[in-house]
Amino acid sequence: MTTTPTTPIAAEQERDALADEGLRIAQQRHSEGKKAERRLGLMLCAPAATIMLAVTGYPILYAFWLSLNRADLRTPDANKFIGIDNYVTVLSSPIWWRAVWVTVIITVVSAAFELVLGMALALVMHRTIFGRGLVRTSALVPYAIVTVVAAFSWRFAWTQSLGYLAGNSAPLTGKWSSISIIILAEIWKTVPFMALLLMAGLALVPDDLLKAASMDGASLWQRFYRITLPLMKPAILVALLFRTLDAFRIFDNIFVLTNGANETGSVSIVAYDNLIKGLNLGIGSTMAILIFIMIAIIAFIFIKLFGAAAPGAPQEGRR
Amino acid sequence: MANMTAVTPQRRLSWGTANLIVLVYAFVPVIWIISLSVKSAGTLNDGKFWPRDIAWTNYTAIFKNNDFVRALINSIGICLISTAVALVFGTMAAYAIARLDFPGKRLMVGVSLLIAMFPQIALVTPLFKIETTLGLFDTWLGLIIPYITFALPLAIYTLSAFFREIPWELEKAAKMDGATPFQAFRRVVAPLAMPGVFTTAILVFIACWNDFLFAVSLTSTSNARTVPAALSYFTGATTFEKPTGPIAAAAVIITIPVLLVVLLFQRRIVAGLTSGAVKG
Repeated sequence: MTTTPTTPIAAEQERDALADEGLRIAQQRHSEGKKAERRLGLMLCAPAATIMLAVTGYPILYAFWLSLNRADLRTPDANKFIGIDNYVTVLSSPIWWRAVWVTVIITVVSAAFELVLGMALALVMHRTIFGRGLVRTSALVPYAIVTVVAAFSWRFAWTQSLGYLAGNSAPLTGKWSSISIIILAEIWKTVPFMALLLMAGLALVPDDLLKAASMDGASLWQRFYRITLPLMKPAILVALLFRTLDAFRIFDNIFVLTNGANETGSVSIVAYDNLIKGLNLGIGSTMAILIFIMIAIIAFIFIKLFGAAAPGAPQEGRR
Repeated sequence: MANMTAVTPQRRLSWGTANLIVLVYAFVPVIWIISLSVKSAGTLNDGKFWPRDIAWTNYTAIFKNNDFVRALINSIGICLISTAVALVFGTMAAYAIARLDFPGKRLMVGVSLLIAMFPQIALVTPLFKIETTLGLFDTWLGLIIPYITFALPLAIYTLSAFFREIPWELEKAAKMDGATPFQAFRRVVAPLAMPGVFTTAILVFIACWNDFLFAVSLTSTSNARTVPAALSYFTGATTFEKPTGPIAAAAVIITIPVLLVVLLFQRRIVAGLTSGAVKG
């Protein structure tokens, strides 16, 4: 019988041994549990990760390969490896640079307006003293509408003699008036989304702080500029990042409003035209890679600005 | 402090004006397209905001148009399937991200973020080539695959934000009270998770419903063309003239159901749209 030791020392050793054994089993179970948890985690993520990587990773590598080849579907026999010739062709093309500038202008102007208007809308949704539910619900309307439908609404509104905004003018036939309307359509559709992101940031600003500042004599503008804005910086950066990347990819609105006529094509429109109308896979892929690089640069700059506030990055730390 | 809380008539008036501006802003383009869709042929080009008379001819015409009906079926089918698949895989991944500790978790979050920022146009050319080679071009599957891909990051972000809010101790408590793991899941976890999954389903469906770039690039006939793409291919009497009335009617038809769902579940959708982005 091991439970009746003859000396106290033996009894103690026995206890220690038992305790060690228990600890070992517990540790083993724990690490088995950890192992099972890891396996489960990886298994659960596997399908989503596989799809996302397969559908984006492989094609982008393939696009890179195509961009180094002459690949024109109209002349399949002439296909061959040509190195960086496609890049030289695209980067020395005035059409490409015009599209880059149009895209940059649309992106910068619409992101700036959206930030200001989105902030105004967020303040109304957050602070209005009556009808808050109605305002918040209505603000979702532009978000819920298919971009193409909204674009048609604006196109018809600005069509000569048909639209209530156009009268006798035909603004969609000029370059800058067209770009203004494209920006207007873009802003209308996305201000609510911007406002929602900003409103979530507004909710993080403690009311007590604003009240205290108010009692200390801070004006409305001072309270907004000195308290609300700094506290909302992470929310503003997230919203700006999403909207900048989104605006840079602009396609639907331009396709419907002008289809790139009068030099209003964005980089996406020009790349699309090269593929579908030109059937030139080499040039189309080169543009695809260049757009990919530009988006990557924008994202990198923003994420540098974010620091620790990048969405998703500090999952554990922030809760 | 008084000036922040007292409701004076002036304050009511100024907030009322602000509210009104928001309403006008949100509804004018929508009312305009509805107004166009019910204008009769004679008054279509009068340039007035409100219709003088109401005619349903555009709607009857649009439902006799086989291309439109076919596109509507394509849109509904493709978006429902994409949403369902993205939800299943998205829920699995989001549960793992919110609840489990495993290597590569941050990588998974990072990859999702990268895909969310990915320029879709960069995929159009290679996917066009790959899909024509594989025979997927102009088929439902040819659109469903990219839709799932871009719906996944949205689903994962939104769902993992929702899942982190669930009081998971309840699951443990149910098990201690003698529930089997499946019972604990079905009776405790699933009811708590459903609102998040439901909201995510709406957001993902809207994202698919809204897509235009893939729909015009990866289809060539009414075989798989969805409504947004079909709208841009409607032709009128001449190729250069867009048939305004039918386009407006079709636009209203694809807008109203989504609009109703969004307005009905306004609160949840606001929570869903903001949770992923700000709370991270």
